[in-house]
Amino acid sequence: MHNLQTITALGGKTPRIDVFDHITIIENDSVALASVTARMGREAGCYKVLQKLLGVVPETGRAVLHNTETGFYMGLDQWMLTAPRVSHELIADQLKKLFGDNASVTEQSGAWVCLDIIGRAMPDMCERLCAVPVRQMVAGDVQRTVIHKMGCFVIRCMANDQLRILGPRSTAATLHHALMTAATSTA
Amino acid sequence: MIINHPLLGQRDSSEFTYLGDAKLIERPDPDSETATHDFYKYAYLRDNPAGWHKELWFHEAGDRSWLVVTRNTLTHEISKVEMARDVAREKGRRR
Amino acid sequence: MIQKNRLEGGQIDTATLLKFKFDGKSYVGHEGDTLASALLANGVRLMGRSFKYHRPRGVLSAGSEEPNALVQLRSGARQEPNTRATTAELFDGLVAKSQNRFGSLRFDAMAINDRFSNFLTAGFYYKTFMWPKTFWEKVYEPIIRKAAGLGSLSLLDDPDVYDKGFLYCNLLIIGAGPAGLMAALTAGRSGANVILADEDFTFGGRLNSETFSIGDDSSAVWAAEAVAELSSFPNVRLMVRTTIIGAFDHGIYGAVERVSDHVAIPDAGKPRQIMWRIYTQRTVLAAGAIERPIAFENNDRPGIMLGSAIRTYANRFAVAVDKSVAIFTNNDDGHRTAADLHAKGLKIAAVVDVRANAPLSMDFEVLQGQVINTKGRLGLTFVDVKLSDGTIRTLDIGALGMSGGWNPNVHMTCHQRGRPRWNESLAAFVPGDTLPNGMIVAGAANGDMSTAGALHGGAQAARVVLGLKGSMPKLPTAEDAPIRLTPFWYVEGCSRAWLDQQNDVTVKDVKLSHQEGFRSVEHLKRYTTLGMSTDQGKTSNMGGLAIMAELAGKTIPEVGTTIFRPPYTPTAIGALAGRNRGQDFHPKRLTPSHKWALEQGAVFVEVGNWMRAQWFQKDGETHWRESVDREVLATRSSVGVCDVTTLGKVDVQGMDAANFLNKIYCNGFAKLAVGKTRYGLMLREDGIALDDGTAGRLANDHFIVTTTTANALPVYRHMEFVRQCLFPDMDVQLISTTEAWAQYAIAGPNSRNLLEKIIDQDVSNGAFPFMSCANITICNGLRARLFRISFSGELAFEIAVPTAYGDALIRKIMEAGAEFDVTPYGTEALGVMRIEKGHATGNELNGTTSALNLGMERMVSEAKDSIGSILSRRKGMNRADALFQMGVKPLDLSDDVPAGSHLMNADGPVDAAHDQGYVTSACYSPNLGHAIGLAFIKNGSNRIGEKMRLVSPLTGVDVAVEIVSPHFIDPQGERLRA
Repeated sequence: MHNLQTITALGGKTPRIDVFDHITIIENDSVALASVTARMGREAGCYKVLQKLLGVVPETGRAVLHNTETGFYMGLDQWMLTAPRVSHELIADQLKKLFGDNASVTEQSGAWVCLDIIGRAMPDMCERLCAVPVRQMVAGDVQRTVIHKMGCFVIRCMANDQLRILGPRSTAATLHHALMTAATSTA
Repeated sequence: MIINHPLLGQRDSSEFTYLGDAKLIERPDPDSETATHDFYKYAYLRDNPAGWHKELWFHEAGDRSWLVVTRNTLTHEISKVEMARDVAREKGRRR
Repeated sequence: MIQKNRLEGGQIDTATLLKFKFDGKSYVGHEGDTLASALLANGVRLMGRSFKYHRPRGVLSAGSEEPNALVQLRSGARQEPNTRATTAELFDGLVAKSQNRFGSLRFDAMAINDRFSNFLTAGFYYKTFMWPKTFWEKVYEPIIRKAAGLGSLSLLDDPDVYDKGFLYCNLLIIGAGPAGLMAALTAGRSGANVILADEDFTFGGRLNSETFSIGDDSSAVWAAEAVAELSSFPNVRLMVRTTIIGAFDHGIYGAVERVSDHVAIPDAGKPRQIMWRIYTQRTVLAAGAIERPIAFENNDRPGIMLGSAIRTYANRFAVAVDKSVAIFTNNDDGHRTAADLHAKGLKIAAVVDVRANAPLSMDFEVLQGQVINTKGRLGLTFVDVKLSDGTIRTLDIGALGMSGGWNPNVHMTCHQRGRPRWNESLAAFVPGDTLPNGMIVAGAANGDMSTAGALHGGAQAARVVLGLKGSMPKLPTAEDAPIRLTPFWYVEGCSRAWLDQQNDVTVKDVKLSHQEGFRSVEHLKRYTTLGMSTDQGKTSNMGGLAIMAELAGKTIPEVGTTIFRPPYTPTAIGALAGRNRGQDFHPKRLTPSHKWALEQGAVFVEVGNWMRAQWFQKDGETHWRESVDREVLATRSSVGVCDVTTLGKVDVQGMDAANFLNKIYCNGFAKLAVGKTRYGLMLREDGIALDDGTAGRLANDHFIVTTTTANALPVYRHMEFVRQCLFPDMDVQLISTTEAWAQYAIAGPNSRNLLEKIIDQDVSNGAFPFMSCANITICNGLRARLFRISFSGELAFEIAVPTAYGDALIRKIMEAGAEFDVTPYGTEALGVMRIEKGHATGNELNGTTSALNLGMERMVSEAKDSIGSILSRRKGMNRADALFQMGVKPLDLSDDVPAGSHLMNADGPVDAAHDQGYVTSACYSPNLGHAIGLAFIKNGSNRIGEKMRLVSPLTGVDVAVEIVSPHFIDPQGERLRA
C-alpha cells in the first residue's frame, strides 16, 4: 500500500467549508468519478449495466441520485457515474469490468472539484452565477453550463435547498472565489 | 441568442462556439481524380448569404455536440437545429 | 437651511433630513428626493454648463431623459461623471459638483464660446480637419480636448463590485406605471412567473406625479396598493431601480439594477449594480411617454423645463421650481400642469397656447400666442410673448413649462430592426408592426395617453401574451381625457433655439446642415451631433426631424427616425464587466504542484489560463537568466523535473480509435503497438500544421492523445468535429482528461535512476525503451502512467498520477531525487532545451507553416487519407524555395539573435522584397555558451553553412549569422535513447 496523501482541489489536507447565515459552501472531496460512454452499436448492453447500477438509465438532462452511487447525463450516450471515494478509489477499473466492451470508461476523479451549496439563498446565489433556470429545476435536473467562463455541471440535489456544482479541478480556487463573492452578494 | 438544442432544449449561445458554413460536413472524396480541386473548394470557398444559412455550432460548455443551426443572418431567427452527426449520416457519411 | 421652494404634501418623507453638498455648499433634502428635486427645493436652478457654448443650464426634466442637469456625483474613487441629477436619489452625505465649467458655475470662463457661436456651428469638428494639418495638431485638437467632455474621471480604480445575473420568467413587464402595474396584476393573479421592472426607485410611473384619482383613491395610493398586492405573489418579482437597457435576440433582455447607487457606500460585499440577463417568453413594454419641448429663442435658460416635469416636482416632490410660472403649450396637457400648479398655490402668470381654440380657465389667464424670447443670465427672469394680434407681452416669471406633446417610448420596440409608425393625432411615432418576438406594447408607450387607456391596455396586453381565458377584469374608473394637440415644433424666425441642449444643437444648426447637403436623418445626426449625447436625443430628436421635414418638403414619417440602439440609458462599463476585471478577468488554472512551486520560489507565467512556473528563483539569483541557465545545466548534467500537467490530454477509446487517429494525424497510427507512443502532427484541412503532440496506445482500443497547452481546447473541438461531422459511424469515444491527471517530465541522465526509486516496475532501457508507454504503479501501488518521451532531448520520462496525488508525487520526486540534486525547472528552461534540441512549438506551428516548412514532409503519409493530406501536397506548398526550419547562430558569439528578426543574404539589399526568412525562437544556450535561434529560411535545408544577415530595421538589429542544423544538442538522438 502506498503512503501518498491526496490534497483537495482547493489545496487543503481537508475539505474546506464556508458557513454564512444564508448559505453554506462545502468542498466535497469524497466522490470518485468516471465517465461512461456507450460504444457504437453496443448501446443496449451499456444501458443494461447502467440500469443494474442505478436502477434506471439517466435521461437527457437528468441525474439519478442515490445515497452512495449516483449517475448523471453528460451528453448523448454519455454519463458520469460517481461513488464514495473510500470504497471506489478504483472506480474506472471497477466499472470497466462491469461494462466490458459495451462502453468506454474513463477515470475522472481528479478532473473535478465538487462544491455543494446548501441554504435558503441557494437559488439567489445560483442566479448570480450561471444561466440556469434554477427555480424551475427539480431534484435530479442537471445542466452543463458556464460559470465565469468555467464549464461546470450544475445539479439540483434531493434537498430543496442544495445545489451541487462540478467544475474543472484546476479552476477550483477561481470557482470557489466566485461562489464566495456570490454568497456575500446575496447575504 | 438562444439555440434550441435538439436534446437539451433552449441554451444560451454563450455556451457555444461557432465554426461556420455547415458545408464543412461535406468533405470531398480524397480518392477522386479531382480531389485537389475539390479540396481547394472545400477548404476555401464559402457562400456568405444575407439570409438563411446552415452553420455549425459546437456546444463546448454543454454536451460537446456539434449542431447544424439554420439561422437567418439578417434577423438571427433560427428555424431549425439538428445534431450534426445526424446530418452527416443523412449526407451518406459513415466511417 | 431653509428649503425656500418646498411645498406641502408630495411623496417625500419630510421627517427625514438628508444633508448634501453641491459645489461645496451645504443643503438639506428629504427621503424620496432626487438630487434635482432637492436642489430645486433649495432654490438652485443653475446646475451645469452646456457642452459647446458653456451656457448656464438647469434641469429640463424629472426623469432619465434629462440632457442638462448632469453632475459629478460623489468624490474620490467613487466619483462618477455625467450623472443625471434627475435620477440620482438623494442620500445623506451626498456630494455633487457641477461640471463642464472653467472657474465657478456662475462665472464660466469658457462661456466666451457663446460669443463665438458662429464658429462652432454644425460640423465645426469636421471642418477643423480641413484646415492646415499643423493647425489641427497644435491648435484645435488641444483646445477641443480640453473643452470637450463633460465630467471627469477620478482615474482611480472603482472600489465597488458589480454582479452579473440570470433570470427566467414567462412575462417581463417593462415599466411600472398604470399600464405596467395593471399588466402585472393581471399576469400575477393568473399564476404566471412575472418580472416587473422600473428604472425609478418607486413604482407607479406618472401615477406618482398626478393629482387625479383611480377608483376611490388618489393615483399614487392606487399604485401603492397595486404594489402591495404584487408583493404578496410569490410568482412576481418586483425590480425597482432596474432599467431594461435593451431587447436582444430571442427574448433576452438586459437589465441594470442599481442596488447601491442610493447609498453613500455599498454594504460590505454587496454589488453597486447588477447586470441581469433576463430570459423571457413574453414581454409587455409599458415604458410610458416623454414630453417634448418646443424650440424658441433662448429656450435653454435654467427655469425653462418640460411642463410635466414642473408638475412632477410639485406633485411628487413638493417642490415649486419658482413661485411664478408660465406654460407654453400646443396641447391640453399644458393646461393640466397649470391647473395642478395653481392648486398648489403657485402663481400662474399665463398659459401661452399656440392654438386658437385653447380651453380657458377660471384660475389663470390663457393667451393665444408664442414665446419669442427669454431673459435672465443665470436663470429665467422674463419671457416675451408675441400674442396672436402681434403685440408683445413680457411675463415676469422664474419658471416656464414647455408642453409640446408626448412621445411614446418606442425605443425598445426598435432594438430588433423594427421601425416606428407615425400617428397623426398624437403627432408622434408609435410602435410599428415589427416588434421583437413576444413583445406587446401597452399604455402611453403604445399611444394610449389616458390613465383609463393605460389600465385597459395593460390588462389586455397581459391577457393576450399569456393567452388568458375568461372575461376582462373590472378596471377602476380613471381619467380618460382625449388628446387635443396641434403640432408645433419651433417658433418662426428663431435661430439660437435649442433642440439638443446637451450637445448644443440649435434650430440654426439643423438648417445649416440641410443647406450643406446633409439630407439623411442619420447624416443630420452625425453632422450636427443632434441626439448623440448621453440622453440620445430623447427630448430633442423629434424637433430636429420636424424641422428637417419642413426644409425638405417632406412629412416627418418620410424623413424617419434614426435607429434606436441599446442601451436605453447610459450604462456603466463596470456593470458590463461584472466580476470579470483585474485578477478576476478570467479563471486561473492551477496545476497540482502549484502550492509546492510557491514554496520553491517559483515565478509564474500565464499560459492560456494556466499559471505555470516560469523559473524557480534561488537565493542569490538576481536575474532570471541565472535561474534559467542553472536549471538547464542541472537538467542536462543530472536530472530536472517540470510540471507538464497543462498539456492537453484526450482519452480516445473505441474499436475505431486507431482509424480515427489515422484521420486526425498526418502520420500513421494504425500500426502503433500497444505500449508504444508516437509523435503525431495534426494538419488543418488546408495543409497547415494545427498542433502536435504524442499519442500513446494503452490497449488496442485505447489511446492517450496529448496536445500543446495552448491548443487543448481547439484541438478537442476539432477532434469532435472529425468524429461527429466527418466520420459519424466510427466507434470512437472522446473525453478530455487534461484535468484528471497530474503529469511531470523527469529529464536528464539521472532520470531513470531517480524513477527507479519510486516506480514499482522495471524501467530499464530493455524493459522500457524510448517511446514506450504503460499503466504502472508507484510507491507500492498507486496507479500511474509512464511515457518515455523527451522534449528536452535528454533521457526523459513523463509520469502521470490522478490529480489529487500530484502534490504528493512532486514532493516524492524531490525527495527521491535529492541524491542527484534534482532540479525543478520552469517553462523558460523548457523552452531553452527544446530550442537547443530543435523541437518545434507554437512559435513554429504558428498557423502559417506546413509539414514541409517544419521539416516533417515525409511524415505526411501517402498510404492513407488524413485531414490536410490532400492540400499539403499542392504545388504552392512545395516550392523549391519553401521555408525550412533551420538553426542560426551568430558569427560573433557575443551577439544576440533576436526572435522576429529577418534573414537577408549577406550581400544584397535589405528590404522586404529580398527577405529570406525569419527567426521564430531564440535563446541563450548555456550549454553552447552563445545565443541560438530557430528560423524559417527559404530553401533552408540546402543552405547549411551559409553566412547571412539577421536584421530588424525597427529595433536596429543587424547581426552576421550562420545557418546551421536546428539540432544544436545531440543531433543523433543518442541521449534520449540511452
